[in-house]
Amino acid sequence: MSYIPPAERLWWKEPIEAVELFWVAIALVWALIMFFMMPYWHVYGKQNLSSEAYRTTPEMFTKKVQAMVDQYTVRKETARDMPVVRPPAGADIYMLGRLWEWYPVLELEKGQSYRLHLSSVDWQHGFSLQPENINVQVIPGYEMVMKITPNKSGEYSVVCNEYCGIGHHQMIGKIYVK
Amino acid sequence: MANTAEFRTCPDTGLKFHKPAETLMKLNAVAGIVFLLIGGVLGLLMGLTRWPTVHLLDADSFYMLLTAHGVGVLIFWIIFFEIAVLYFTCTSLLNSRLAGPRWAWLSFFLMVAGSIMTMVAIFQGRSSVMMTSYVPMSAEPHFYLGLIIFAVGALIGCFVFLATLVIARAERTYGDGSIPLVTFGALTACIIAIFTIASGAIILIPTFLWKIGYINHIDPLMYRIIWWGMGHSSQQINVSAHIAVWYAVMGVVFGARPLSEKVSRMAFLLYILFLQLASAHHLLADPGIGTEWKIFNTSYAMYLAVLASMIHGLTVPGAMEAAQRKRGFNKGLFEWLRKAPWSNPTFAGVFLSILIFGFLGGISGVVMGTEQINLIIHNTLYVPGHFHATVVGGTTLAFMALTYWLMPVLFRRDVILPSLSKFQPYLFGIGMAGFSLFMMGAGTLGVPRRHWDISFSGAIFGHQYPETAYLMLGLVGISSILAVLGGGLFILQIVGSVLFGRKRGEVKGSTPLIAELVAPGVHGIGIGGISVPGTLVLALVFLTSFILYYFVNWKYLSQVWGLG
Repeated sequence: MSYIPPAERLWWKEPIEAVELFWVAIALVWALIMFFMMPYWHVYGKQNLSSEAYRTTPEMFTKKVQAMVDQYTVRKETARDMPVVRPPAGADIYMLGRLWEWYPVLELEKGQSYRLHLSSVDWQHGFSLQPENINVQVIPGYEMVMKITPNKSGEYSVVCNEYCGIGHHQMIGKIYVK
Repeated sequence: MANTAEFRTCPDTGLKFHKPAETLMKLNAVAGIVFLLIGGVLGLLMGLTRWPTVHLLDADSFYMLLTAHGVGVLIFWIIFFEIAVLYFTCTSLLNSRLAGPRWAWLSFFLMVAGSIMTMVAIFQGRSSVMMTSYVPMSAEPHFYLGLIIFAVGALIGCFVFLATLVIARAERTYGDGSIPLVTFGALTACIIAIFTIASGAIILIPTFLWKIGYINHIDPLMYRIIWWGMGHSSQQINVSAHIAVWYAVMGVVFGARPLSEKVSRMAFLLYILFLQLASAHHLLADPGIGTEWKIFNTSYAMYLAVLASMIHGLTVPGAMEAAQRKRGFNKGLFEWLRKAPWSNPTFAGVFLSILIFGFLGGISGVVMGTEQINLIIHNTLYVPGHFHATVVGGTTLAFMALTYWLMPVLFRRDVILPSLSKFQPYLFGIGMAGFSLFMMGAGTLGVPRRHWDISFSGAIFGHQYPETAYLMLGLVGISSILAVLGGGLFILQIVGSVLFGRKRGEVKGSTPLIAELVAPGVHGIGIGGISVPGTLVLALVFLTSFILYYFVNWKYLSQVWGLG
């Protein structure tokens, strides 16, 4: 019985039930299949999180973002004059998270690839691209670089999904794909 | 050797209770249930705030109470109750005295002091940092200090447990063989707890020093890595503890023996070796961590800890099936299950716990812990959906089930409203299962977790989530009402029974509390040489659901933007 000591003192010499052995075998096979799916997808899949990242500082990152904004802004939106930036295909593009906005708005071309740099200049934020539902952690001091290839056109929202204080639920940005 | 006057033998179960241990079991369990009550009430407020049509609380209160909810139940309720389980499994199950009751008292006082300190900090309103308290956001110093004091208390409790194992062995209180499987499971939980508490100390002590100005920088990524060594591992204490409870309940309700000691113990051993790696699950979408590290750790070294859970998923119901068949319910595939005592809350609670933990919590956990699939799930409402299935539907329900059995044994009282206890586990279980499922549904549609207003009113841009997401959140709210009614009923029953239940006295009651042990071996039962065919069929249904759901999510992933 489970709550009294084993009936056989040398319990490790008892034979294993056939059902158990069978189940352990198929569960192990399934475990290995799941394990190999991950490296498999890195080779053949099109959605992988890059492991390219750099240490940065709020000043360094803000400077890079501002350089892109100065060079490629095409218009401004909303009462806060949020710049809308249209960088060329293949470019390095930047999005900065801060209390409580994503800066700036990006305008991208469908089917083109970009190197998206993400970082925060204050607390941790969560980059959540909706309705695609792509979610990445944004951490101050770290600049993540991921290659993105929008495959549908439309208006996308960037919701913050890492709690970042009282304005968290108002932190929202935009990416347009033409 | 302890004085025999310090022992009481339970007339119903024959278990021997060391009185100081018994007092401490009661106190820790009661403290846990107080936090369960607080957490449950807060949970209802959360459910009603995330239900968009109700949207009960203002944003400030929501974030503050969400922090209190998380810390109160995920840490305090669970660990208080687990200390009670540890003391039970090392004393009564081993016929032993508790080593150093004074240390156990110290442990209890520290845990109470620490938990109150942290809760006070949260309710003062300047520590709404969520349970995770990710730096550089910071809470008040006593938020961290309370957690540290609580952790020291829990650590002392763990060492009291280990010391008790040592003296029980030295005093030969349980023969000269191995400890029982349930105690073995509790030992697994204890070892994981020590790892957990160490991780917590390593990160929370510097964070506390940072907050009071002795350290000038805590790296946020390092914080996340070490914090999750506590944050996720603490949930693995729960897994080990509630699986020990599953085995215990199958023993006391059916007189069940494990199919084989070797397999069940090996599965617990795999937990010790690999379960803690699960903290990697929280870092899959983080910058600055290598792909290989993520793949190895998120798979708990090739899913060996998942393998262990799948083994328990077969061997726990398998032990029950074998015992039922030996009792004569040997017809067909499922007579053993049909003729189970479905109105006994101890059994019903554990059976629902197994189903909810396996089908909802287990499958969703592995799927979202897949390195790439995590990208479409990270920090959405799917995540709390998953862990409410594991920690509430799994652990809490199992602990409730054990409490129904342990309450009359420890307090010598009968349950006050037995007719209500028959359906309490179903109300709570179905409420929690719905809650988890609908949260996962909303998460799949992109709804973020820890978020007060998904309509973004007043924000510079708008975003419209699909109508289905709003429907899901409504169902989350309704399910939370059901679950909290179920949880409230449990607390009412237990507190009411302890205070006002009919006294059983120190004589054997008319209703047996423990089943006769069945004969060993599995000869002559089952179908066509398979001793537990019903369980095998259920296990294969589980595996099929698992495989289908796993690949459905790869399909979802393949449709989003290219990422590399």
